[in-house]
Amino acid sequence: MERRRVAKCKCFFVKAMMIEVRNITKVYRTSLLGDSAQAIETKVLKGVSFSIKEGEFVAIIGPSGSGKSTLMHILGCLDAPTTGQYFFEGKDVSKLSDDELADIRKNEIGFVFQAFNLLSRTTVLRNVELPLIYANTLKDKREEIAKKALLSAGLEEKRFYHLSNQLSGGEMQRVAVARALVNDPAIIFADEPTGNLDSKTGELVLETFQNLNKQGRTIILITHEKYIAEHAKRIISLKDGEIIEDVASHQTKIIGQIRE
Amino acid sequence: MLIADLFEETYFAIRANKFRSGLTILGIVIGIGSVIAMIAIGQGSTSSIEARIQSMGSNLLTISPGIQKSFSQVQSQRGSAQTLTLEDADAIANEISSVQAVAPELSQRYQIVYKGTNTNTQVVGTTASYPGVKSIEIDEGSFVSEQNVNSLSKVAVLGPTVRDDLFGENANPVGQTIKINGISFKVIGLTKSKGGTGFGSQDNMVFIPISTAQKFLAGAEYVSTINVQAENSKVMEQAKTEITNLLLQRHNITTAEAADFSVLSQEDMLESASSIADTMTILLASIAGISLVVGGIGIMNMMMTTVTERTREIGLRKAIGAKRLDISLQFLAEAVMLTFVGGVIGTLLGIGVAWGITFFSDTDTKISLFSIILAFSVSAGIGIGFGWWPAQKAAKLNPIEALRYE
Repeated sequence: MERRRVAKCKCFFVKAMMIEVRNITKVYRTSLLGDSAQAIETKVLKGVSFSIKEGEFVAIIGPSGSGKSTLMHILGCLDAPTTGQYFFEGKDVSKLSDDELADIRKNEIGFVFQAFNLLSRTTVLRNVELPLIYANTLKDKREEIAKKALLSAGLEEKRFYHLSNQLSGGEMQRVAVARALVNDPAIIFADEPTGNLDSKTGELVLETFQNLNKQGRTIILITHEKYIAEHAKRIISLKDGEIIEDVASHQTKIIGQIRE
Repeated sequence: MLIADLFEETYFAIRANKFRSGLTILGIVIGIGSVIAMIAIGQGSTSSIEARIQSMGSNLLTISPGIQKSFSQVQSQRGSAQTLTLEDADAIANEISSVQAVAPELSQRYQIVYKGTNTNTQVVGTTASYPGVKSIEIDEGSFVSEQNVNSLSKVAVLGPTVRDDLFGENANPVGQTIKINGISFKVIGLTKSKGGTGFGSQDNMVFIPISTAQKFLAGAEYVSTINVQAENSKVMEQAKTEITNLLLQRHNITTAEAADFSVLSQEDMLESASSIADTMTILLASIAGISLVVGGIGIMNMMMTTVTERTREIGLRKAIGAKRLDISLQFLAEAVMLTFVGGVIGTLLGIGVAWGITFFSDTDTKISLFSIILAFSVSAGIGIGFGWWPAQKAAKLNPIEALRYE
């Protein structure tokens, strides 16, 4: 699956800005005993600014409580920031309604979760087709696209009609990756994708992401392990809701190269 | 989301919980089934009552006595007055032109004995014109004649049910002697069956000359009912007014309100009987309706459980781009499909039960298109009504919270 955007950008020799956040904050209010006057405010993000270009492979790293999940939810259009601006492909999405955000998620964003979140007792193929159902793609076309996505996520063809709960963890995560790919998204968010996998299967999944990145996909990887983050090309470190480091990774962990 | 996909998703979701879905559907099946069966019983009895009244003969007017006026404050039962006489009947027959035939009767229940067997039934003292007025046909022998009435003959004509009780089925009782209230009567005829059972069946009667009934059984000169057949159905109202005026005049009563009798047309009887049967239908249907509501609550309960159970799934669906409408439609479709399947099975069950009741107990039932349409719209309404809240609950879930849900 070649990215249409890659082709377009090559013509102009300019990498388009995919994500730009300006001074984003997120505050959670927890009211005590239902009394809003006594609400406790928790500042999870304290003014975060950065930008991500098309085709980047960025890892967001930080210990638990650093705000990395909250940041991913905002970047993934699952949540809106309390203050600040968020431009997604040049469009300000920080003030959009639920359904408008759903449209962006449907067309532009793919998610891979730590817990896979596949529909159990449902075939692999149908799991991957799910985003296309909400995009009103016709059944025949859906199957074709889903099969392509599964192949590019590295799942064997004989597994396509198995039920999702009959798969191993690694296979499940590949199905989840295929599901994230199926809508031809501009960006893929992976939230601790190796968290529920053993290190060997984890490597395989990370390799899949690296391959996808080579094909021109923009990928954001959220993790708390430095080792995992080193698979990316750029590492943004978060602590207590603030960026403490934003550096290029030397990509010491290019799995393909190690093998060669 | 395309409609076909919506149905497919719904089918998968229901199939995933076969047992629970089955139990929930059962609630609706019982609700819809009982509503259909109850309405069938109600409407069946309405139409059988109507048929029975119509079988008594068209253009029929029934004159019954009113309340016996007494000087004390205590009022007797309506119809207990002994104010109608044979002379009244003759006067109606002779003086009113729109009347075709008049058949007075004096009815009372007596014990009837034939050899070792006996039965208790309605003994109708009447005249030769009775079969014509009441549309009764003779099977064997003959009916009470003018001659019998004039000569106070002790003769009796049996209804088929009485014949069955005393002589056994298909026996010919003509020529035998029975005892009514200890007095011997010779059986001279047998009427044809008119169908119908229970109270007011004309098969379970014994007919004797009215003069004999007055003299030997009642010992009084009154009649209990005068049956009048009008010329045709167009002159019914006219005949009713003329009879009322004539009897008021004969009984020396000045106003219609003080009348000691009442004239009822078949239509009047039909109307009051139908209204009673309709009330019964409504009563039965509302009792059955309660079970339908309980079934609907079952649907809501299941949908609530499903939404909670599938919180993570809802979160995922939202994360990959499902809008609120997609989610709420999906759960609503699930509820509606459960009730719809329940509605179809329930309708079949209700029809089956109604058929079974007719087959095993001789009670008439009638399935109307109306009750089926009612059942379907009610079940669809219940699906939408009771599925709405859970569907809204699902649609409003925050995707982040839902994905985190354990």
